[in-house]
Amino acid sequence: MRAQLFGTCLVDSFFPEVGEATVKLLRRFGVTVTFPKGQTCCGQPAYNVGYQAEARSVAGHFLSVFRGEDPIVTPSGSCAAMVKHHYPALFRDDPKMRAAAEQAAGRVFELSQFLVQVLRAHEKGFPGKGKVTYHSSCHLTRALGVLEEPLILLQSLRGAEFVPLPDAALCCGFGGMFMAKLPEISCALAEEKADSIVATGADTVTGCDAGCLMNISDAMKKRGSPVRVAHLASLLAEGI
Amino acid sequence: MSDAQTSLSFRSNAGKAVRNQKLRAAMKHAADTFGAKRIDAFAPVADVEAMRDRASAIREEVLKNLPRYVDQFVASATRAGATVHRAKDATVAKEIIRKILADRGARRIVKGKSMVSEEVDLNAHLEAAGMEVVETDLGEYIIQLEGEAPSHIIVPAIHKDRRQVGKLFSERLGVPYSDDPQVLTRTARKVLREKFLSADAGVSGANFAAADTGSLVLFTNEGNGRMVTTVPPLHVAILSIEKMIPSLADFPDFIRLLPRSATGQTITSYVSVITGPRKPGDATGAKELHIVLLDNGRTEILGGESRDILKCIRCGACMNVCPVYRTVGGHAYGWTYPGPMGLILTTLLTGMAKSHPVVDASTLCGACVDVCPVRVPLVDIILQLRRRKVREGFSDPKEKAGMALFGKVAASPALFALGQRLAGRFWPVVRVLGGKDVAGRMPAPAKTPFRRKAP
Repeated sequence: MRAQLFGTCLVDSFFPEVGEATVKLLRRFGVTVTFPKGQTCCGQPAYNVGYQAEARSVAGHFLSVFRGEDPIVTPSGSCAAMVKHHYPALFRDDPKMRAAAEQAAGRVFELSQFLVQVLRAHEKGFPGKGKVTYHSSCHLTRALGVLEEPLILLQSLRGAEFVPLPDAALCCGFGGMFMAKLPEISCALAEEKADSIVATGADTVTGCDAGCLMNISDAMKKRGSPVRVAHLASLLAEGI
Repeated sequence: MSDAQTSLSFRSNAGKAVRNQKLRAAMKHAADTFGAKRIDAFAPVADVEAMRDRASAIREEVLKNLPRYVDQFVASATRAGATVHRAKDATVAKEIIRKILADRGARRIVKGKSMVSEEVDLNAHLEAAGMEVVETDLGEYIIQLEGEAPSHIIVPAIHKDRRQVGKLFSERLGVPYSDDPQVLTRTARKVLREKFLSADAGVSGANFAAADTGSLVLFTNEGNGRMVTTVPPLHVAILSIEKMIPSLADFPDFIRLLPRSATGQTITSYVSVITGPRKPGDATGAKELHIVLLDNGRTEILGGESRDILKCIRCGACMNVCPVYRTVGGHAYGWTYPGPMGLILTTLLTGMAKSHPVVDASTLCGACVDVCPVRVPLVDIILQLRRRKVREGFSDPKEKAGMALFGKVAASPALFALGQRLAGRFWPVVRVLGGKDVAGRMPAPAKTPFRRKAP
């Protein structure tokens, strides 16, 4: 099986280890991974703030890079949701681009979704350790409807204990550009999330969106917490 | 607003609110309590999703034919003996009500909770005409004593804890300090009972208006709503035009949805259906009933892309779960309606020029959409408003320039790679320029971006 990897701008620029972990995981389950050259960003920074023309220009670029029939896999619930739900809407009035958008929307997967639904990666399980809690990011769960897959993968971690996070459905305050536009609220929410994480007694918090994890990581760092913040891809890949 | 917080100063309002630990604690406690009660109240209900679908469809039907339902309501309510007035805006509505009251020599007015009356700022207008206006909902009474606006559409004093209320009562009413809710409620009850019995007129809102019977429906908990609408000889109700429901027969779903969504109750203590004034043989009821139907921009909203917000039945569930609302409270939004539904209504009713900063007041997390009983696509509407803000030129010039640059850079692999290299190289500078609030919360860019190691 082949898959096109969309690294996302955040992973590409700030968290390359998450990209490498994603490649390692996909290969481990027999996937031939390609990294379409010229990929950049999904366009959410512009789209979520209302810059339609800019979002369309970036989305158009994405569609010109991700061609063919292979599934598109990305280690981000938010970016997957952008392609799946907002691309077709962005090109509503442009029949040719709309067809391309719908074609891409039909083959985009968030990583945990692909690992469970397509590769059934949880069946073999992963080596793990320690006490792990999980932040369910908003766009992953609400926009993409991926609720169970990350939990299924976490429960397949042999040797690790999974502890649920209280108030799991509450936003961490990242919100893309929201973090820059209303930083006080963003930080307050990240602190609240950090409180919940610390209360679980977990040594690791994981999730499927680098943006949320970055925001959470900052709040954890500010309080000098030793809790490790790791993307689910990194957590799963380190044992294999 | 007593503290001069406007929608335009949302960001600084929010900053102040975040630093107010007392407010934060009260908001978190209240939002968590209402959120949990809502979940518990819906848990035993088997067909919630189907019920939401039906309620949403009824609201859609109303919006599709709003002028027809309004006309039908006017005819039915008139037949039932009420006098119906139509007000195109706040100024007209306030003046209609003042005149109704003044013509009958009414000086002492008791009020039931009404967000529409807050929207038109009715109390100030009546007080300027020399009338005494007393809010009789306990929460409204508290904030009226304090000189504040409601910070929640269902729970107006949600931002206050019982110690603050105790202090307020002892200062303003001259009673000994107590923070026991029972004692405080008894104090308010004693004051308000006298007001009810001596009032010349009662002013209320309404949750729904049935077009087929001309009835007003009110969901209330404290009994004050029933007192306001039945004890004084004159009852004036003010409601906005979209509160129509085709028929009283449509109510069962709303009776099950509204209290559960709002306060987590299976039903409110009182559900009043008022059809016309007191008739011969009736045991209670006002002798004279006037109904003021307020448009105030709703007809215009109805013709626009964001019209689905008019499906809203004002339950407040969206604010209870909103991460922004529960962090900053309602006053930060700067106008009558806070939270997700509120920032939308604020923008649409007061205009983008007066409100554009509040369209940023959402992380787009979608928690509001999960709980909306009538399935208002709140996140989609917030995105529509953000696009309008950009289109109409209300976005920050620096942001606009930044986004134009982003649109070019992220659509060009060469520029994107260059941007990555520059950001990596000059990160300390970017960090300073980006400020501690933004770049300071991000790690330094990777020495080698993933693209250079990717397969």
